[in-house]
Amino acid sequence: MTLAYYPGCSLKGTSREFEESFLAVTRALRIEMTEIDDWSCCGASSAHPISRDLGVALPARNLALAAEQGADEVVAPCAACYNRLATAQHELGADADLAARMPGILGHSLPPALHIHNVVDLLAAYAPRIEELVAARVDPPLLAGLRVAAYYGCLLVRPNEVTGFDDAEQPATMETVISAAGASPVAWNMAVECCGGAFSISRTQSVVRLGRRIVADARAHGAQAIAVACPLCHTNLDLRQAAMTARGEEPLPALFITDLVGLAIGLSPGELGLARHFVDTEPLLASLAAEAEATATAAAAQESS
Amino acid sequence: MARIGVFVCHCGENIGRTVDCAAVAETLAGHPGVAHAEDYKYMCSDPGQALIKRAIIDKRLTGVVVAACSPHMHEKTFRRAASQAGLNPFMCEMANIREHCSWIHEDRDAATAKAIDTARTIVEKVKHNEPLQTIHIPVTKRALVIGGGIAGIQAALDIADGGHEVVLVEKDPSIGGHMAQLSETFPTLDCSQCILTPRMVEAYQHPNIKLMTWSEVEAVDGYIGNFTVTVRKKARSVDADVCNGCGDCLAACPNRRTPSEFDAGLGTRSAIYVPFPQAVPNTPVIDRANCGRFKAIAKGIKKEVCGKCAEACLKGAIDFTQQDELVTEEVGAIVVATGYQLYSIGRAQPEGLTGYGEYGYGEIPDVIDGLQFERLASASGPTAGELRRPSDGKVPQTVVFVHCVGSRDPEKGMAYCSKICCMYNAKHAMLYRHKVHDGRAVLFYMDVRAAGKGYDEFTRRAVEEDGAEYLRGRVSRLYRDGDVIKVVGYDTLAHEPVEIDADMVVLATAIRPQPGIKQLAQTLSVSYDEHGFINEAHPKLRPVETNTAGVYVAGACQAPRDIPDSVAMASAAAAKVLGLFSVAELEREPAVAAVNETTCVGCLTCQRVCPYGAVEAKEIRDRDGNVVRTVASINPGVCQGCGTCQAVCMSKSIELATFTDAEMYSEIEALAFWP
Repeated sequence: MTLAYYPGCSLKGTSREFEESFLAVTRALRIEMTEIDDWSCCGASSAHPISRDLGVALPARNLALAAEQGADEVVAPCAACYNRLATAQHELGADADLAARMPGILGHSLPPALHIHNVVDLLAAYAPRIEELVAARVDPPLLAGLRVAAYYGCLLVRPNEVTGFDDAEQPATMETVISAAGASPVAWNMAVECCGGAFSISRTQSVVRLGRRIVADARAHGAQAIAVACPLCHTNLDLRQAAMTARGEEPLPALFITDLVGLAIGLSPGELGLARHFVDTEPLLASLAAEAEATATAAAAQESS
Repeated sequence: MARIGVFVCHCGENIGRTVDCAAVAETLAGHPGVAHAEDYKYMCSDPGQALIKRAIIDKRLTGVVVAACSPHMHEKTFRRAASQAGLNPFMCEMANIREHCSWIHEDRDAATAKAIDTARTIVEKVKHNEPLQTIHIPVTKRALVIGGGIAGIQAALDIADGGHEVVLVEKDPSIGGHMAQLSETFPTLDCSQCILTPRMVEAYQHPNIKLMTWSEVEAVDGYIGNFTVTVRKKARSVDADVCNGCGDCLAACPNRRTPSEFDAGLGTRSAIYVPFPQAVPNTPVIDRANCGRFKAIAKGIKKEVCGKCAEACLKGAIDFTQQDELVTEEVGAIVVATGYQLYSIGRAQPEGLTGYGEYGYGEIPDVIDGLQFERLASASGPTAGELRRPSDGKVPQTVVFVHCVGSRDPEKGMAYCSKICCMYNAKHAMLYRHKVHDGRAVLFYMDVRAAGKGYDEFTRRAVEEDGAEYLRGRVSRLYRDGDVIKVVGYDTLAHEPVEIDADMVVLATAIRPQPGIKQLAQTLSVSYDEHGFINEAHPKLRPVETNTAGVYVAGACQAPRDIPDSVAMASAAAAKVLGLFSVAELEREPAVAAVNETTCVGCLTCQRVCPYGAVEAKEIRDRDGNVVRTVASINPGVCQGCGTCQAVCMSKSIELATFTDAEMYSEIEALAFWP
């Protein structure tokens, strides 16, 4: 298998901490991949409502490049990029007319079907290696007992015939990764609810209202952090959380799933870009470290006595 | 020399449009052995049949070929006509130039050529046909009804009232079925048990009905008029002849925590139990899986555990040593009335069906299904008819009812409408509002299907008089938020998302056939659809017959049915059975296999392949009674004429009448040798 990496615009701009975190973790997990040379916009949100051809052609170009560069699998960490790539491939497979038009539009021959990964299913496939690395650490496990709400949003899991996620209504793949990292996923209600998506700018109040429900429900079910796998979800739950917690609620760090895995396998907060998050992750990291310390001391005391 | 008449039917436009019928008749007229050929617009009409009859007499025909539709449609018609004109009916055959030709082709010339070929092959076959006589078989005038719900009870009563014995087999300890669980019935709101229990008692007391509860059909042999049925009488652990139904054993049983099937899991019962107070028969059963004594035996503990029921029984009716018993019954007809079960909506589903995990059924205690609501509303239910929700006994102030959970959802594997839910949801909303006057009843529906006498008026009454709030749209999720259940849905008329805080949610889940239905259907050799519902012989014209002669179907095992439909079907099935029993002997087509005993080598391969068990070994003896050799012998009463034995016979000693080797080869030769 040869894995190509499609970063998309978010990971190079507003969500550069996701790329830092993603690259650090894939490196640590020894996942080999090459960034697609000359990749271009996936067209997310803007292209497909305007023109079906454009909405398919933009992602298809990147798939064609990946294939030409020798890849048979692609990972797109951004959920919207992932969704567009997967949808384009699905539509090309289902619509022969569209597939026939595509080479003329792209100037590339039609890409063969590639295995398109999002960050969650990629990490889930490496769950045994994550567990191995967590177990191999000399330090006490950092995330032990950390209660995490796995938040999927919409683009990772839907539509089910495109994404093939385990269950569109009650997905559980992210929970597998969280468990592998040594943390405890909580059972909660809002895992696949809408975060408001791109309305963050045009209708901020709606996004704050939707986000507040998500954060409040996670908190009510005992979560200490929310795990996300989408730059836009992260922006909405992180950047907009100040407005959601204006009434004095406890802030709830929104961490990328790669942040959790990174912390668990011993990467530093700096390597993972945690300082770039708007909700301060320091208090959570401090309490985790203190707890791990206490566990280690207790274990040492038990051993010596 | 054969003198065969060929009659080509236009079937109006059906054949005439694509096949040149006159040309077919003209060509066949020149075929060797054809003494007469003509075409006509509707050969099955009276004048059409008259043409055939006249030609048989005038032209002294020895055989008739009708080139028309499928023999399934009109073979009987034309054979009867031939026989009225003095010809042996089995000398008349049909060439199918409609389903096999005109309906599936467009090119007129090619279709005409094919029709000529088809007619020719049948002419060649008829040249080899032998005159045959119909077979007469006796009828056992005794019926078996499988399933003791309202459909089974009705069918049994009707047949018994018609003067024939009925064996009514029910797998549960009591008859009554799902109808006994219901609180009230639509569209009249009369009490379900009040109208059902008199029927149950009548069935119990009827001199012509032999009731076998806690029993299941294990095997069925034979054929119409002559079935041999093996019924497993499960061990009741109570001697029904001695028990007087006092109930002391129930009170003595220390295990009271077993979920009650009758209360749909909302109430509990003891390990020795009678499912409900009006049970028929009122004889308890020990549920061995939950009885302490039997659990100890299963674990291999030698000491006798418990036995409190036996101590309490003054009649000494408890018998821990009882074993399952196999009983054989001879019957002439079988009515299948096994009813339905509700689709379970939890995540794990049998047969590859996916559930509705997002509805939290089984995880949220106040999310219940329709039958559970019936038990909550029923005076004999776990709350004695007070509407209290299962989790904390609170009277729910807002109840949301969700239509079409599973039904009409191809994604979930069930594209069909469950038919009864629109009506029972309206009924539930009314019952709820009658008991909780200030409560809110909200119903999420796709569209309200209330076709039936008084049905639409009933749903209107729910809205107009009882304040049911109908909301068109689907519910996407149910989740627990503190004390309430959040109902997240979409109102497709107002085009807006809806969120309702409900105290209880009732899911109208899809109707599915009973779990063992496919096995039973295979035992009976009747076909079923992809969901396991029994197939009727014809969806319009033979609604209560199955594709196996002598086996009939009634009630919800054929498709989702309400009580009036089930009862109507049951009476229809009973009428069919009584019709069957009204003749002294049954007539059967002579399409059965026979063994040529002089060439048979006795390998009995035919016996091993016969799906009907019609082949027996027969010993041929000399004058002194010594066995000379063994040959196969076919019981013409059991043989169904499938031809499998003929195909496997290595010494070519088996011939199937109407499909002999000579007849079949002549058909093939006709295709090969005529231009």
